[in-house]
Amino acid sequence: MAAKAFRFLRRIPSKDSSCAAESGRSQKMDTDGNAPLIELRNICKIYQMGTEQVHANDGISLKISRGEFVAIVGKSGSGKSTLMNIIGALDVPTEGEYYLDGEDVSHMSEDQLAEIRNKMIGFIFQQYNLLLRDNLLENVELPLLYAGYSKSERKEKAMRSLERVGLADKWFNKPSQLSGGQQQRVSIARALAGNPSLILADEPTGALDSKTSREVLDFLKELNREGNTIIIITHDNSIAMEAKRVVRIKDGKINFDGDVEKYAEFV
Amino acid sequence: MLNSFSLALKSIWSNKMRSFLTMLGIIIGVAAVIILVGLVNGQMSYMKESFSDMGTNLISVNLTNVNSRSVSDEEMYEFYTENIDYFDAMSPNVTVSGTIKSGNESLSSTTITGVSEEYLTLKSMELESGRFIQYSDLASRQKVCVIGYYVATEFYGSAEAALGDTLSINGDRYTIVGTVERQTSDSDEVEEGGSDDFVFIPYTAAVELARNGTINNYTFAMSDVEQTETVKGLLNTFLYSIFKNEDLYSITAMSELLDSLNSMIAMMSMMLGGIGGISLLVAGVGVMNIMLVSVTERTREIGIRNSLGAKRSTIMQQFVIEAAVTSSLGGLMGIALGCGLTGVIGKVIGMTAVPTVGAIAVSFSVSVGIGLLFGYMPASRAAKLNPIDALRSD
Repeated sequence: MAAKAFRFLRRIPSKDSSCAAESGRSQKMDTDGNAPLIELRNICKIYQMGTEQVHANDGISLKISRGEFVAIVGKSGSGKSTLMNIIGALDVPTEGEYYLDGEDVSHMSEDQLAEIRNKMIGFIFQQYNLLLRDNLLENVELPLLYAGYSKSERKEKAMRSLERVGLADKWFNKPSQLSGGQQQRVSIARALAGNPSLILADEPTGALDSKTSREVLDFLKELNREGNTIIIITHDNSIAMEAKRVVRIKDGKINFDGDVEKYAEFV
Repeated sequence: MLNSFSLALKSIWSNKMRSFLTMLGIIIGVAAVIILVGLVNGQMSYMKESFSDMGTNLISVNLTNVNSRSVSDEEMYEFYTENIDYFDAMSPNVTVSGTIKSGNESLSSTTITGVSEEYLTLKSMELESGRFIQYSDLASRQKVCVIGYYVATEFYGSAEAALGDTLSINGDRYTIVGTVERQTSDSDEVEEGGSDDFVFIPYTAAVELARNGTINNYTFAMSDVEQTETVKGLLNTFLYSIFKNEDLYSITAMSELLDSLNSMIAMMSMMLGGIGGISLLVAGVGVMNIMLVSVTERTREIGIRNSLGAKRSTIMQQFVIEAAVTSSLGGLMGIALGCGLTGVIGKVIGMTAVPTVGAIAVSFSVSVGIGLLFGYMPASRAAKLNPIDALRSD
């Protein structure tokens, strides 16, 4: 799996990539009130693999507005995980700009990125990524802790978040005492706790059976109806169909971007 | 910050066995420092006390009386009276080896010493009954003696009963004119050969009894310990003018012995503390080792925390504090163990051993410092993890 191999790679600055030629073609940022929540401009991510350069993202430009429900779909190795890392402020692009809520994230330091992740982004992972030693409440409190909320505020917000996913009565349980679907709901509660601008779900149903997958997807849809901006990253077209808009990545480039109805025709 | 502490405690608690084994090194190290320093201090202060009891104001002069040159007791007394301002008392010491007898009983362990009338002052002793040796006894070489508590009780039953009675020293009969009060404390046993087993006789009589006619040792009591150097200088000038050779006499001040004993105590404490310190250092490496394992094991946790917005400094702090808390807990347990064992070991080997505040303070701060120092490397490794890689790790 190519994506896995990338972990051994180091970012390198590129000089002679196809990205470099295009990077001068930058657009003016929207300055009106309807500025997109996410704006990617010609994003390139290049890894050095041995003597070869691998273009994981090769000039991706994308705008996502508030309240959208977008699925980013692609096969493994297509570059969708790299794109997710960049959108999730876990990584910065080799070239290109990334504006999140008007802020240039593409040139931020590690600590600034950590703050962006903390305040703006709620992650939902395939493997839930809960801390197994902590109970549900402590897990949901974690982003609030790093945001510097007081103990009472943390507890209040976290409990409200747990209530929303219907697990408030189990707050003292450890994650291992819950089913997979419940654990994923806890991770959704954790993602919601800090009231982020963007919910970023990486294969959120990948480890769940079809029934609980359905529940989780319905819940995400509900969150979207309430006004949350949601991005799902998936390899599964049937999951992508649940979103309103689909962006398909192939070989590091966007090869489809449009409404879910059009995507149905496309595939 | 407070949160990091509770987090650290939680992490330590969730790995009880491993945490304890890590702490064990620190526990043993800290306990070793406290016990060793405690024992040395206990033993040394006991020695110091017995030295002080002998009198820190004493100066002892030893002579090698060769045929060509020697110092007579008259010359010594002349020197003494000339410089009387510096002194409280002086006495020649003539040790006689022999056996004392009273009736059919005899004692061979008893110290028989020929002394002057000022010896009692010199040694800060008190009489129990009777009188001490007087100048007239010295002048006329009277066969009188003053005996210790052990001899009095052993031969005559009590100090009072002994007065006026006689005992024989190497065949010569001596009249007992006084007894010295008990030197050992009431709780101790009065032993043969102990500090109560002695007989004092006039030194003039002792010279005769010893049959070599010379006096090799004098003890001076200074009026002021501060003047030790001056007095030593005076004695040296006087003795050198007679002997013309520094090797033929020696002048020893008790206060100097005490000084060198003190510096010896300090050195021993430092040395043993240092050995304990090395074990603390080894324990620190153990802490580092476990913290490295812990960081590797918790890579995913670090990734999760990163993705939720933990800064590098926050991760760093978490692990440094965990290491520091581990070693501090070990340090506290070490203090408890050390203080407990110091007393027990002291009792077992029959020494007064008391844990010193200094050893406790130093070993505890060293153990905390070691936690911080050796926690730093694993913590910075944790902080430097790339969040993406960390999240992907299993």
